[in-house]
Amino acid sequence: MQPASETLAARRPGRLTRIAEPARRNFADRAWAALLTILGVTVFVVALFIVYALCKLSAGVLRHTGLAAFVLNSQWDVVRDVYGALPFIYGTLVTSVVALFIALPVSVGLALFLTEMSPPGVRSLISFPISLLAGIPSVVYGLWGLFVLVPVLRTKVEPFLAATLGFLPLFRGTPVGLGYLAAGMILAIMILPTITSISIEVLRTVPMSLREAALALGATRWEAIRMAVLPFARAGILGATILGLGRALGETMAVTMVIGNSPTISASLFAPGYSLPAVIANEFAEASGALQTGALAALGLILFAVTLLLNIAARLLVRISTRGPVRGAA
Amino acid sequence: MTKTRVALLSTLALASAAFAADKMLITGAGATFPYPLYSKWFSDYNKLHPEVQINYQSIGSGGGIKQITEKTVDFGASDAPMTDEEMAKAPGIQHIPTVLGAVVVVYNVPGLEGLKLTPETISGIFLGKVSKWNDPAIARDNPGLKLPTANITVVHRSDGSGTTYVWTDYLSKVSPDWKAGPGTGKSVNWPVGLGGKGNEGVTGTVKQTEGAIGYVELAYANQNKLTPAIIKNRDGAWVKPTLESVSEAASKVEMPDDYRVSITNAAGKDAYPISSFTYILVYKDQPDPAKGQALLKFLWWAVHDGEKTAATLDYAPLPKSVVHKVEGTLKKMTVQGKAVLATSK
Repeated sequence: MQPASETLAARRPGRLTRIAEPARRNFADRAWAALLTILGVTVFVVALFIVYALCKLSAGVLRHTGLAAFVLNSQWDVVRDVYGALPFIYGTLVTSVVALFIALPVSVGLALFLTEMSPPGVRSLISFPISLLAGIPSVVYGLWGLFVLVPVLRTKVEPFLAATLGFLPLFRGTPVGLGYLAAGMILAIMILPTITSISIEVLRTVPMSLREAALALGATRWEAIRMAVLPFARAGILGATILGLGRALGETMAVTMVIGNSPTISASLFAPGYSLPAVIANEFAEASGALQTGALAALGLILFAVTLLLNIAARLLVRISTRGPVRGAA
Repeated sequence: MTKTRVALLSTLALASAAFAADKMLITGAGATFPYPLYSKWFSDYNKLHPEVQINYQSIGSGGGIKQITEKTVDFGASDAPMTDEEMAKAPGIQHIPTVLGAVVVVYNVPGLEGLKLTPETISGIFLGKVSKWNDPAIARDNPGLKLPTANITVVHRSDGSGTTYVWTDYLSKVSPDWKAGPGTGKSVNWPVGLGGKGNEGVTGTVKQTEGAIGYVELAYANQNKLTPAIIKNRDGAWVKPTLESVSEAASKVEMPDDYRVSITNAAGKDAYPISSFTYILVYKDQPDPAKGQALLKFLWWAVHDGEKTAATLDYAPLPKSVVHKVEGTLKKMTVQGKAVLATSK
């Protein structure tokens, strides 16, 4: 009936092609299609409105300081109407990187253990609390961070890091507890369930035959994982990481409770900092005057842009990494 | 029971304009600091006058000013007085002081009680110039106390707040360096220190960090049994923050007609120097006859009977002199051009 799409489907086996269009669609089909189109467009329109509102609110302050100066200035002084976003951008990126640095190896290791090594009983025993972690409200993470994690960091972890890795500028300075490291660690715990559970799903899609083939060729278990399983799942794990990163970038409550809320830039992870969502949440309710409100909206716009850029970068990375001989699962 | 209530209601309805016995809903929005007291007031007043129901959203002073300016609520509430710029956008607005709040200095040095601080030392600490607990500036005023060599960790509010406004207003008055540096505002560019979100965030951080010093609301400090520092006031006396010493700070101040006055660093031997009024914001001429009348009557009740419950919730009541002045202001206020309280009282 539809030779064109049939050949297309035949040419690309195993891939979902667009559902073949029936020649004469009935009313229900058309109504359904229209409804889905409206729903899809709505999401897009809402996003556009958010960008529009942010642009409109921040236009004044951007004209006042200039976009480049706003992004690159590191001073934030509400009393004198001096607004610079750099400390917040820096804090957001640093805490997210620290979070990924800690969470990624743990999550992937955990996912590998649960799919490749553990007996089935253990798997459900461990994966249940992990998915439970995802359901804890972020303010609870923040409180736990403030009252449990921060004292441990100040009295044990940070002095230890300073003593052993103190030659790096990252681990110098007075251990305060509150700061980039505390925020990064809280974020790591928060994004762990996201990365782990998606990685598990991805690893499950790796065909058994690949593992069996590797093992049959004399590979050890580690070699089978490294050479057969991981390359296949690479793109999927990358996607999981991006989802985790997205959560880390936008997290507000837990971060503001442990980051120290000081709009400064320091190389040391022990130092207090600030993040984009945190300053918006802290200052918006009592913002006085159009300039401060506008500056906070501009920070929102920057957060939007940072998230967008990272997503684009991640997509490019996925595309590049899947161009190899083994196709990814995501 | 219901019959008497109906009878009561209808008399009231007759007495007030031509309003039926319907329930009346007055809405307000603003400061979070007086919220516990206000909600007690509204429920007490509702018991006395079941036909008047007051709904208050504690969204912050900034939001309260915005909403009353746009007239989306019947009254606003703010800790800091409105600025001239804000006043210009809301012509005919009137500040009515309700109670007093104070900011106290809390610290975490084990074994150290009754710490005394001069204004110069406090501003030095918050400017980062006094950075050790055994600094001569602190030791001079605390001869009997054993001060550790530890570093001082400054903790301030990270969210914009009226508390920070009062605190920085005080520091600007006592220290030229502070005035030229961070200045006065709901959020300022702090030279040193960590930011905690809300009174509880500051308290949490101070409690966690040995050698920390911060500032919180008096009511919050009292309810959480924090030991505050003793401050030297303008007359050179050492004053503990108590409800009496806070009320005292407001009693000698020269009060302008719009009540927009800072009482930090107030004169008087017993006056605690870091205190402020909190305000309800209403329009001098009320547009809605029934609501306007009810609102004015409520305000009258609040500054008289309401003040009596303030102390039980750790708010310092207005001194008599201020209540007297507020009486005059309320009597001058009108509903659609007609004075209400002057005739009915």
